[in-house]
Amino acid sequence: MISREEVEHMARLARLRLEETEVESLQDELSRVMEYVGCLRELDLAGVPVTVNAVNVSNIFRPDDEGPCLSREEVFANAPAVERGHFLVPRIG
Amino acid sequence: MHRQLSADISWSRVLDRGPALDVYHLTAHECRRLLTEGEASSEELTRLFLNRIAGADRQVQAFLHVAEEEALAQARVADAKSPEERRPWEGVPIALKDALCTKGMETTCGSRILKGYIPPYDGTVVRLLRDAGLVILGKLNMDEFAMGSSTENSAYQVTRNPWDLDRVPGGSSGGSAAAVAAAETPWSLGSDTGGSIRQPASLCGVVGMKPTYGAVSRWGLIAYASSLDQIGPLARTVQDAAALLSLIAVRDPLDQTSLGLPRPLRVPGIVQEGVSADALAGQERSASAVPTPAPDDPLSLKGIRFGYIKEYLGDICEPGVQRAFANNLETIESLGGTCVEVSLPSVKQAVAAYCIIAQAECSANLARFDGVRYGYRATDAADLLEMYTRTRGEGFGAEVKRRIVIGTYVLSSGHYDTHYTQAQRMRTVIIRDFQQAFSGVDLLMSPTSPTVAFRLGERMADPLAMYLSDLCTSPVNLAGLPGLSMPGGFADGLPVGLQIIGPHFSEQLMLDAAYAVEQALNVSVRPAPVAGGAVDGAAAADAEVTP
Amino acid sequence: MTSMPKSRSAGSPTVPEGWEAVMGFEIHVQLSTETKMFCSCPVSFGDQPNTNVCPLCLGYPGTLPAVNERVLEYATKIALALNCEIAPYTIFHRKNYFYPDLPKGYQISQHDLPLGMGGHLDVELEDGTVHRVGITRVHMEDDAAKLVHAGGVEGRIAGADYSMVDFNRSGTPLVEIVSEPDIFAPEQARAFLTQLRNLLEQLDVSDLNMEEGSLRCDANVSMHRPGTPFGIRTELKNMNSFRFLQRGLEAEIQRQADVLERGEEVVQETVHFDPSSGKVSVLRSKGEAHDYRYFPDPDLVPIQLDVAYVEKVRAALPELPAARKERYMRDFGLPAYDAGVLSANRWLALYFERVAGLVEDAKLSANWVMGDFSGYLNAAGLEVEDASIGPETLAELLQLLKEGTLSSKMAKDVFVLMVETGESAKTIVAERGMGQISDTATLEAMVAELVAAHPGPAEEFRQGREKVLGFFVGKIMKETKGQANPQLLNDLLRKALQP
Repeated sequence: MISREEVEHMARLARLRLEETEVESLQDELSRVMEYVGCLRELDLAGVPVTVNAVNVSNIFRPDDEGPCLSREEVFANAPAVERGHFLVPRIG
Repeated sequence: MHRQLSADISWSRVLDRGPALDVYHLTAHECRRLLTEGEASSEELTRLFLNRIAGADRQVQAFLHVAEEEALAQARVADAKSPEERRPWEGVPIALKDALCTKGMETTCGSRILKGYIPPYDGTVVRLLRDAGLVILGKLNMDEFAMGSSTENSAYQVTRNPWDLDRVPGGSSGGSAAAVAAAETPWSLGSDTGGSIRQPASLCGVVGMKPTYGAVSRWGLIAYASSLDQIGPLARTVQDAAALLSLIAVRDPLDQTSLGLPRPLRVPGIVQEGVSADALAGQERSASAVPTPAPDDPLSLKGIRFGYIKEYLGDICEPGVQRAFANNLETIESLGGTCVEVSLPSVKQAVAAYCIIAQAECSANLARFDGVRYGYRATDAADLLEMYTRTRGEGFGAEVKRRIVIGTYVLSSGHYDTHYTQAQRMRTVIIRDFQQAFSGVDLLMSPTSPTVAFRLGERMADPLAMYLSDLCTSPVNLAGLPGLSMPGGFADGLPVGLQIIGPHFSEQLMLDAAYAVEQALNVSVRPAPVAGGAVDGAAAADAEVTP
Repeated sequence: MTSMPKSRSAGSPTVPEGWEAVMGFEIHVQLSTETKMFCSCPVSFGDQPNTNVCPLCLGYPGTLPAVNERVLEYATKIALALNCEIAPYTIFHRKNYFYPDLPKGYQISQHDLPLGMGGHLDVELEDGTVHRVGITRVHMEDDAAKLVHAGGVEGRIAGADYSMVDFNRSGTPLVEIVSEPDIFAPEQARAFLTQLRNLLEQLDVSDLNMEEGSLRCDANVSMHRPGTPFGIRTELKNMNSFRFLQRGLEAEIQRQADVLERGEEVVQETVHFDPSSGKVSVLRSKGEAHDYRYFPDPDLVPIQLDVAYVEKVRAALPELPAARKERYMRDFGLPAYDAGVLSANRWLALYFERVAGLVEDAKLSANWVMGDFSGYLNAAGLEVEDASIGPETLAELLQLLKEGTLSSKMAKDVFVLMVETGESAKTIVAERGMGQISDTATLEAMVAELVAAHPGPAEEFRQGREKVLGFFVGKIMKETKGQANPQLLNDLLRKALQP
């Protein structure tokens, strides 16, 4: 069973504000999902390498060549708050 | 009896043809033929589909955004060109899943957090389509951030299955599948992370293909799970799916995991020289410039070994799905293919591994939605932390939050090895199982979905049941393999999909085989009962394939 | 009573007796590539905010990173110069945390498979001994954006009303160098960092400007009694000069010693050094431990470096300071000190070698490059590469000195004039008639005339009064405005005054 504190800790790490009811249902759902995926834990897979990406390629690079940047107008077209040519965020402290 | 759409469009009015032709026959290839032969203009075709959307989509609700002005402008550009100047697919309409970034056109990914977001750039596939001169009709509904299997997780609207408006179209590319099934567009693009193209294609009775991981560039696809996501075509015929895939399967320097296809695709069943050459036109997409030769008889499966996956037989699937699948096997054998049983023992754990990997990746992929540079921002936050947590708490829907929390959990300290590493190891086991299977057969087969389209709301209360919708499809993503779903028949008047899985980069063989099966089954262009001349429920039931 | 093991900090005037201070460093080096690490925006400093940005470095949805090949090359250079093993298989990880300067919500960094591991740097300490500092790892990562805090005390995060983000720096390539906790005194720290910077300078992969942030140093500091386990460490963040860093370390060591002497515990936290007060203060508490949830970045493919690649990069490495110093001692016969000074700075070394090559006198060239030339740079606040006196110009002066046209004293004066006027040594000497009179015939005639005009003193000299020679030298020098070659004049006078 996943504890309430664990759910709240995850929500904090993920910067998600959850309603009281959401915390409760998530605790239940997360527990069930974890129980379901628990079938993996019992498998002995020691020595099996991990797969990050199923297509086996390596060493793909791009040349150090300059390309176009966005215009100022484009940069701020979607911005929620702009101040003196910067993106504005509420006080951090 | 299913609740169905009423007819509200007359195809013959536009093209002055006999009533025998209806909107469902307007495949992409047919559009192209009409344009090439001067029987219709792009503007006429575009207006036809816009009208169709205006009528049918009130009930289907597949479109989030209809780009009428832009589409008509693009159509007129195509019409202004001489036939010689015109590129092969120029002027043919298409619609896109809203996970694909379209410059200057709102892209929400089905989420409130991206409401009003206008990308400053085109995704690579969008650019390729624009370069090819296609007319973009608009953006299609989806589960928020592609998380779901019913399209009920969209922040905006619930898309209905055109075969039964009380049922889901599947997901997450539900809008892409429903729009094609309802003939609101000849074809569309979707994306598939665990079955998100194939499962809705199956539930809506259309063809959908997830290419080999890396065949299509993901640049401009809003990511759900980066190591699993692929963009692919949905269409009403295998030929259309093949042609659309050939337009977008290009190696892209902007996506370092993209490779394109080793050889250009050939559209199956078309022998004209001109058409084969079209697949090559304009793009340098591979080391080899020549497609593999066409089979001597495109309607035969002689010499092809099919393996049906043992683990997906029996009670895992609904009886109607089992019956349709059995019929499909008989059809394949009647076409000269051989069918043998193949075991993939690890697929049982695949959904668990899929769950962990997809959620882990999504927890990081969705961290960028923080209210700083674009998208929704909670107002009047006292400080940064409050701005973050409220923006994300209010901007994301329940399913997205659920998956972010799961993903955060499996990556967090103390859980990483037991969950994430173990899932990545399981992934290797699944890949090995598939390799083993392909040592004995050319292609694998299974039902695409264990069930036909389920009722709206039926699985919303049970996330696990929803995850199990991807039972037959998600192992394919974990292994990076190509998977295709095509109409395999009907059960209770609802479409059943047949899934074909191939080795990496075997798209040509899969499409050739799917074409032969499609021609034998003759169900692909059977219309969804949403418009004039369409079959009603009883007719659909009659259409169940009999051996 | 057993005697306590000797402290490795012993001998440092700034580590309190009876304590051992342990320091390790995390150094971030901004690479001077043309473009950013994962996109094709230019790397630049000081441009208008948010002008060198694209959808990728703004973290727009749908964008994907594409590794800049030069980043790998530069990072490999650094790792090799620090004697690291280059990993045959290396991958990128995502490091997850939220901050407004981090547009993707994660940094693309390296975790358990970094590019380079197990290196070292041999640091020459002031007493001439060599102290080896282990290099734990060298890895690649992308830089964050720049935050500007507004309202309250301008520029400080505490008390600010809001903050503003400039994404120009976002995605600039960084190499992070992590040292072992092998440093036991602030003086050692400064020597290590100075020599590390000298080494990096040779590689020409970064501007290494601490004020602009292209070189950033974080120090981990802990204190313990010799022979006991390491203490709890604090992190001293982001000093903008090595001098401040050394002073910051001194202050933090003193603060920790005071805490421990009182019997209290050091808290694991980040501290900030204020150069104006000379004091350290706690910046923020790491109360809620970070959980970065590292995992392999699925958008990027692995890098597999074969021997051929590594050897190609190694072969292209410039001569590094240690090797260059050896060569100066061996080939030029320079003393260790001179060889060390000249080889430490890449541009100074190149300058010296050019001068020495032209003048064909290494010792003379070394003296001038380290002496008058360096003095002029310091006074003018110039870097070697900005000096108006190029190596050819200096060599011309030294030629005049070497062939006797100028005395040492005169050469120094000419050098000052060269700096002031921008004229060459030859021009100055010619225009001002400053050439030393080394013409035997001219001087002989003057000497003969002088001796004939002063028979008295000449007689005195012949009688054995040596110091009368000075009278004649003085007269000639006065007449020639000091330009007579002193050695030649001496010889001629003695000859003329012989009985």
